[in-house]
Amino acid sequence: MSAILDIKDLCVEYRSGGLGQGTKLAVNKLNLSVHTGEVFGFLGPNGAGKTTTMNVLLGFVNATSGSASLFGVDVREPIARQRIGYLPELTYYYKFLTAEELLRFYAKVFGIPRLEASKRIDQLLKLVELESVRKRPIKSYSKGMQQRVGLAQALINNPDLLILDEPTSGLDPIGRMKVREIIQRLKNEGKTVFFSSHELGEVETVCDRVAILHQGQLKVEGRVNELMQQYQSNLEQIFLKIIGYQPAPQP
Amino acid sequence: MNTILALSQVVIKELYRRKDFYVLFVLTAIITLLMASANLFHDDKIVRYLKEICLLLIWLSGLVIAIGTAARQIPAERENRTIFPLLAKPVSRAQVVVGKFLGCWFACGVALVMFYLFLGLISGSREHEWPVLSYLQALWLQWVFIAVVIALVLLGSVIFAAPSSNGTISFVVVLGIWGLGRYLHQVALQQAEPIRTLLSVIYFLIPHLEWYDVRDLVVHSKGLVPWGYCALASLYGAAYTAFFLVATWLCFRRKALNK
Repeated sequence: MSAILDIKDLCVEYRSGGLGQGTKLAVNKLNLSVHTGEVFGFLGPNGAGKTTTMNVLLGFVNATSGSASLFGVDVREPIARQRIGYLPELTYYYKFLTAEELLRFYAKVFGIPRLEASKRIDQLLKLVELESVRKRPIKSYSKGMQQRVGLAQALINNPDLLILDEPTSGLDPIGRMKVREIIQRLKNEGKTVFFSSHELGEVETVCDRVAILHQGQLKVEGRVNELMQQYQSNLEQIFLKIIGYQPAPQP
Repeated sequence: MNTILALSQVVIKELYRRKDFYVLFVLTAIITLLMASANLFHDDKIVRYLKEICLLLIWLSGLVIAIGTAARQIPAERENRTIFPLLAKPVSRAQVVVGKFLGCWFACGVALVMFYLFLGLISGSREHEWPVLSYLQALWLQWVFIAVVIALVLLGSVIFAAPSSNGTISFVVVLGIWGLGRYLHQVALQQAEPIRTLLSVIYFLIPHLEWYDVRDLVVHSKGLVPWGYCALASLYGAAYTAFFLVATWLCFRRKALNK
């Protein structure tokens, strides 16, 4: 299998305060590859460097050193993002547009012909169950509905790689199940999914491989079932062990 | 080009779904209609005052719409985090800058056409003359003026974080250049060195927005600016617009967009 997402010796440094306040290494020599057709879970506690890594992959932040590529193209080139779909953690879209207008806008950005775009928009609105409210402005949507619009926009170009940043965050159990179903469906269609999540049970269910990041460094990477066999425990326990979590003593 | 047009369409939709334009248009219409209903001193030439006030309101409304719309474009994208799904698509930051500029410019163009149609109807109904070319030239020159202003405000929007501070600073700067820029050279001549040189340099650096203000010609029916001058002024405006857009892109290009 060929790597469609490739990160080599990636380092990202931030200024930790004002001028002359020193720097913080958010990502430290990260090496990672994601292969075609995989569902890859990118895990780590808050501040581990997951979002920073995604920011580099999406071209929002420049790497201090190292490289990252999508489909063999440097992530700094906009064309590297032609075949990806991205769902941000907190979804906010143009509130004055309707779901249909928003999807049409993103379809135009991808240069999808009008007829094909209309067909795709119908399919996606059906998939995320927003058909009946397609003409309503997004500002009138609930959080769950906005997250579903987000998922639809991430799929508008029928991407080969889907990058999801905590896709189930803030969703009710039905919403979470729906997102899980969609990820499973994409996997069955041979799509590659790279997602970060704090829902380890969910990761265990849908992911083929996972990587656990802690303080900017890659601690563990491997197939979910192999890791569970190796550590003789479930993903949550592995995660806690790797980040060095010690339960507070009982009073 | 598809991407740039798609981005500009979103800006246009935003403008006509917000209330700013309608409020300014209704305000201009009400003030002008009130003035039109008065027949002071039975003076037939009163229509000139009407045109003058209407044109002043059009210029101020145009400026408010242009600055208000342009100032919030990039900061609002960052604040509402819509910039993230957008830049996660094959969209370059240069396309975002150009798309936002074109959207604001076209939207202001539509607003100006509405304003000038209203002016034409009101003044035509009073003086029974239809100086269409004069209005078209005034509209075109104001639209070029607005292009320079929008590009300048977009540059401000990647430098200043808050749209409100950018809007206020831009408004003061544009009004300063428009109202006082033409006198800078004369002021410079009365100053000692090094202020004289400094003011002269500023005079030659700033875009001379006053060249686009042909209200007096329209009000007093003094005819048209020669079309050659009009073309040169358009090129001059286009050069400044391009300069400000490139500067905006250079500032925006390396900006880290942290979530």
